[in-house]
Amino acid sequence: MELVLALAIGVLAGCGVWLLLRPRTFQVIIGLTLFSYAVNLFIFCIGGLRTGADPVLRDGADLSQYTDPLPQALVLTAIVIGFATTALFLVVLLASRGLTGNDHVDGKDGTP
Amino acid sequence: MPYDTAALAILCLPFAASMVAPWLRGRRAATGLMLVTAAIGLVLSAALHPALADGAALRSIVHWVPSLGLELVLRVDGFSWLFLMLICGIGLLVGVYARYYMPPEDPLSRFYALLLAFMGSMLGVVMSGNVIQLVFFWELTSLFSFLLIGYWNQGASAREGARMALIVTGGGGLCLFAGMMLLGHIAGSYDLDVILAAGERVRAAPLYTPMLVLVLLGALTKSAQFPFHFWLPQAMSAPTPVSSFLHSATMVKAGVFLLLRFWPVLSGTDAWFWIVGGAGLLSLLLGAAAAVFQQDIKAVLAYSTISHLGLITMLLGLGSTLGAVAAIFHIVNHATFKASLFMAAGAVDHETGTRDLRKLGGLSRVMPITATLAVISGAAMAGVPLLNGFLSKEMFFAVALTTHRGAVVDALAGSIAVLASAFSVVYSLRFVIGVFFGRPRAMLPRQPHEPPRWMRLPIGLLALACVLVGVLPALVIGPSLHAAARAVLGAATPAFNLAVWHGLTSPLLMSAVAFASGCIIYALLRGWFAGRETLPLLGRLSGRLMFERLLALLTSTLPGTLERAFPGRRLQTQLLLIVLAAMVAASLAMWGTPLRFGLRASGVDPAFALLWLLGAACAVGAAWQAKFHRLAALLLTGGAGLVSCVSFVWLSAPDLAATQLLVEVVTTIVILLGLRWLPKRIAGLSPDGRRARLRRYRDALVAAGAGLGLAALAYAAMLHPVADSISHFFLERAYREGGGHNVVNVILVDFRGFDTLGEISVLAIVALTVFALLRRFRPAVESVDAPAQQRLQAAWDAANGEGAQPALADYLRIPGLIIQLMTPVIALFGVHLFLRGHDLPGGGFAAGITVSVALVLLYMARGARWVETRLRVAPVRWIGAGLLLAVATGVGSMLLGYPFLTSHTSHPVLPLLGDVPLATAMLFDLGVFCVVVGATSLMLVALAHQSLRRPRVLADDGEGG
Repeated sequence: MELVLALAIGVLAGCGVWLLLRPRTFQVIIGLTLFSYAVNLFIFCIGGLRTGADPVLRDGADLSQYTDPLPQALVLTAIVIGFATTALFLVVLLASRGLTGNDHVDGKDGTP
Repeated sequence: MPYDTAALAILCLPFAASMVAPWLRGRRAATGLMLVTAAIGLVLSAALHPALADGAALRSIVHWVPSLGLELVLRVDGFSWLFLMLICGIGLLVGVYARYYMPPEDPLSRFYALLLAFMGSMLGVVMSGNVIQLVFFWELTSLFSFLLIGYWNQGASAREGARMALIVTGGGGLCLFAGMMLLGHIAGSYDLDVILAAGERVRAAPLYTPMLVLVLLGALTKSAQFPFHFWLPQAMSAPTPVSSFLHSATMVKAGVFLLLRFWPVLSGTDAWFWIVGGAGLLSLLLGAAAAVFQQDIKAVLAYSTISHLGLITMLLGLGSTLGAVAAIFHIVNHATFKASLFMAAGAVDHETGTRDLRKLGGLSRVMPITATLAVISGAAMAGVPLLNGFLSKEMFFAVALTTHRGAVVDALAGSIAVLASAFSVVYSLRFVIGVFFGRPRAMLPRQPHEPPRWMRLPIGLLALACVLVGVLPALVIGPSLHAAARAVLGAATPAFNLAVWHGLTSPLLMSAVAFASGCIIYALLRGWFAGRETLPLLGRLSGRLMFERLLALLTSTLPGTLERAFPGRRLQTQLLLIVLAAMVAASLAMWGTPLRFGLRASGVDPAFALLWLLGAACAVGAAWQAKFHRLAALLLTGGAGLVSCVSFVWLSAPDLAATQLLVEVVTTIVILLGLRWLPKRIAGLSPDGRRARLRRYRDALVAAGAGLGLAALAYAAMLHPVADSISHFFLERAYREGGGHNVVNVILVDFRGFDTLGEISVLAIVALTVFALLRRFRPAVESVDAPAQQRLQAAWDAANGEGAQPALADYLRIPGLIIQLMTPVIALFGVHLFLRGHDLPGGGFAAGITVSVALVLLYMARGARWVETRLRVAPVRWIGAGLLLAVATGVGSMLLGYPFLTSHTSHPVLPLLGDVPLATAMLFDLGVFCVVVGATSLMLVALAHQSLRRPRVLADDGEGG
């Protein structure tokens, strides 16, 4: 499991970084989204992987039967903040497109 | 009244009044508030006096963060008492004066609000018993002085002067902060009393010199000492009441206050002698010489202030205890005569409309009372016997004669003292004779009269103080001066004798020489003085010009050079640098830490591997398609998101899965809404050059490196034995103290509620930013046409449908109806998610997004106009209400005596419903819910509105938003 998830994080992060370095705004926003998936999974996996051990308290279960709730709380906020930044970036992207007439990240077309 | 209450009242009343003042209507109310506040401060301060005999200090402590040693210490001793009286007393007089000085159309509420706030900050400086607290109030005085100097902000010179004063004194304040940190570090405490007792240790410390330099930078900038003196003349564009309060009695005195306060700790070393003594000496001479050549009467006073503060600084630099006593005495004397002179200058300006010495003259005939008062104060400034200035100057001569630091200094000290006094006689004469005597001028901008009685009263009271102190010093000021000196010097206080007549001593002789030579210089050279505007020889070395050049260098030349030197303008380069820097930082952090793999790997589930094969394929596909096929890339990204969502379910994180799924939906909608404004791109139209290919290989390499690195790190992290984490704490107490079964939700709304509060604030700010950006924004031309079906239908309608209802209006009618029917169901589901959130997966975030999804679906199905005619959504209100609710929950627990955001749970048994778990955290979560609903729908609706705008570009500008 760990290996699969680690590779998945790697692939998501790699695709994200590659897109971040592209010249078109849409590529950057997709890259940002993919990269935030990778980072969320990364933060999440720090607490160790458990299956069937939800952090929802049940009667008669001792503490070792639950997974670590803290990374989950952190990731939950990260997801929401990630959404907010994506929306903000999209608006900036649209504004830049409206102002400069193209979708290059620097607003200057003709550069690769 | 006990001391604790009195001290707190003295400090807090001006601030409270300052907050009330802007709401007052009318000059009378604002003036009344100012006067009452200052009078209460004065009375309370005066009432403290009996307790302060013999150098005793009163302390009152308000604990703030005891664990960090941070507390509000209000400390008053004889020395700070003197300042309390000066600040409140002169504040009161300035309050009366300003009422009549300021133009009648000014409502004065802002003016008095700022003046009160400044007064409070100044009181805070002198009452601080903790050095960090002192620096805090110190910076407040800089800020409020900035606002007061720039009070007439429509004038360029006022803005310039205010800015310069702020940069110089605020910068000095930052140095002082660093110095105080060092001082606290050396002394082992930030408490003033501890520091005052640690003088020996501080002076012997290796960090003494840097600390001293930093502290002195703060003090010298504030007191306008050379080489930082240039801001004070520039600050003369302030309204005159401000000058007479700030630039005679309070703000500039803060610097010398600091020097005296720390005199027992810091003085007595060579560094102190040379820096403080040197700066004082140069300011004394340069200020006096420059004052002689000024033509603006306020500038004369400003330079003379620099000179007198230089005198005080020099007295402190000499290092003798008698010098310190003389300095305290001169602080009080200078404050009284200079405040009254500023007020007199203001009265002249007010009556004649000019401050130019070349245009003024002979005013004693039309305003005899003001002239008499100004003559008294001017004589005090010149050091005429029977006035207070004479006494402290005489003390200064005595100190100059008794200080011994080598032959050169000894010889110079006496003659420099006489020279500076002669100059002060000259500028006093210029001020008094130039304005009030000589022949009257006809060409004044206004016909002068005696100013109103209430404007003369403050000048008169201050002049009276000059005379009283000058004639009966031992009676009027003796006990207070003694208490102040005891408070600063302790047992080392020298015996001093305040008397008008000491016999025929050398100081008296020096006074006589200075006075006589001053009169002779004035008589001989008055024509030359009137013909110049700057100091001969040194006039070109203007501190102001140098300051402006330095500022230009720092704010435009240097950044411009740096920007050209680095490849900073292009986003791609910047992002590459950021990614590389992150990779280097991670590698450095990992260096030497062996990555251990395989300690507790669990078996691979083939289904999970297959799932991620799909996820990886989606991610790679998205990266591949993002350039030419945006929709495909967006869908593939969504696929990768769904896969990570499934993994969350798999790996015991139902809350994350729910939130991720919902966010995924909203993100996709948001991006879809924006897609149509991006320009079309067709593969193969413009073949890539060699450089672009190379760049792509390089980026692929970097991306692969980043991916591999993160994968390795993640793998190692997952297999690393888990250290003792705080999770057990949360798991154990989630139900017992948080009252909820869903530990993640309890962490969010209870244990780490403060973080969540910050986070929803971020969300609200982002939503408002999006809204603001889109308000005045016109999107590009849409690059995507309507679908072919719609186009055909529209064309057919246009051709044949005369009179009939166009079929296009019914486009997607059935799905729209279904969505409309489903909206309440989705919203209800959102409420369900919210209600169960504390015990089962769900919670405010997920619920909020669900509700906004319902809203957006409705917008998509029915169009913005349809929705808004039927449903009033006010997202900004939702955001505001949510934030208020969240904060109110937190404050509520504070009101009940618990720390901020403590939650309370109970399980009341209600009829019909039975046992109902209730927690105040639920209220907080409701706030979160409202903010999320408001923020998300604000963003989505703002985007959706853009489509309404485009067809009506020319017709209507204010539509939408």
